[in-house]
Amino acid sequence: MTILPYLLAVFIFVVGLFGIVTSRNLIHIAVCVSVCQSATYVLLLAIGYRKHGTAPVFGDIPTSRTVVDPIVQALTLTDIVVAVAVSALLLAIALKVYEKKGSLDPRDMAEMKG
Amino acid sequence: MIPLQVVALLFCAVAALCTVLARDVIRQSLVFSIYGFSLVVLFVVLQAPDVALSALVVSGIAYPVVLVGAIARVHGERKRRSR
Amino acid sequence: MIRLRYALFVAGILGLGAVLVVGVAGLPDFGHYAGPYGDIIARQVEPQRHMANAVSATVFDYRGFDTMGEELILFAAASAVALLLRETRDHDTKQIVDAVRSDAVHGLGMLTAAATLLLGIYVVAHGLISPGGGFQGGVILSGAVVLVFLAAEYHAYARIGATKFAEPLESFGAGAYVGLGLISFAFGLAFLENFIDLGVTGRLRSGGSAALVNWASALAVAGGFLVIFGEYLEENMAARYGRRT
Repeated sequence: MTILPYLLAVFIFVVGLFGIVTSRNLIHIAVCVSVCQSATYVLLLAIGYRKHGTAPVFGDIPTSRTVVDPIVQALTLTDIVVAVAVSALLLAIALKVYEKKGSLDPRDMAEMKG
Repeated sequence: MIPLQVVALLFCAVAALCTVLARDVIRQSLVFSIYGFSLVVLFVVLQAPDVALSALVVSGIAYPVVLVGAIARVHGERKRRSR
Repeated sequence: MIRLRYALFVAGILGLGAVLVVGVAGLPDFGHYAGPYGDIIARQVEPQRHMANAVSATVFDYRGFDTMGEELILFAAASAVALLLRETRDHDTKQIVDAVRSDAVHGLGMLTAAATLLLGIYVVAHGLISPGGGFQGGVILSGAVVLVFLAAEYHAYARIGATKFAEPLESFGAGAYVGLGLISFAFGLAFLENFIDLGVTGRLRSGGSAALVNWASALAVAGGFLVIFGEYLEENMAARYGRRT
């Protein structure tokens, strides 16, 4: 039983989480969140992979050919693009925080005031 | 599992670790691009060309513009304040 | 207080570790995908929908409703970025020139921008035949406009890419996506069900109305990213050169 791809997904998730927990910079945190998120792409594609399967594009190959799962790929490809927009939103919030507080260090934001 | 997939997986793991451990945001944005391209390679060897193309345009166009935009804004502000 | 925090952290880590171990143990072996759903789509996509690319068929046809949700997340995120960054900007950016002085950068850059635009259109148009589609092509299209900013001057970029042009594009794309779904209703079909001739598999005009959905999402993605890029660039330009109004 091969579980290496799943272990990679777990590793990426844990590493990203470690970065979020120990970070001292909001921009750094936003990137670590994207790293965390990319663990889901690896996991989904690893689940959908099939031995000796080929890509599910039937331009030149017969439909009877073994292919990997197209559904997980569809989920992943839209999510990758949308994730950037969400990261941009996180970074915009970080910029606003910097404008108000003059710092990107999360420790300086212990007290939240309106 | 073919050897190429193992290599791509290990490359991804190293790049992810480096992305998180790069504490300087400018360096991190560079390493993050390398991580993005390691994901592209991984997606290709997992037989997902659509996803690979998506990851390619995102780590080649969208992330750099947004990240560098945010970093440049903060650094410019820092320089102005110290003056 | 600190000790309580550490205790909570350790408990959380142990819980996460347990969940991860159980989760990985319960997954199917790598390379032995078990689900029937993907196989059904892979076998049906060509006879039923006349599309060569099963992934795009899933994105824009079989699970088009899901994709509409993703599209609207993108729309909301872009709007929120614009809302956040525009709120307190107190600089005037109308007069900024920021010209690129090198002729080589200018000429080759504009050439690259044109080539990138063409590549984006190509990727979108062939989305239902080969790898590609509205999402990837949309990002490439917005990248072409950013190249204009890099190669020419901010003023030229602001004229073609700034909010005046990007926001209607984004709104039109997102609106067209929903509108195509509603047109299906008008024909008495399910939401986003195909309502025009399916065409021949492998040709540019294949896949029926999913091709229109593909183009609508390309416009929405390109517009959304142009709004985001525009806000970030304008924010930088205003901070660097702008005069306080």
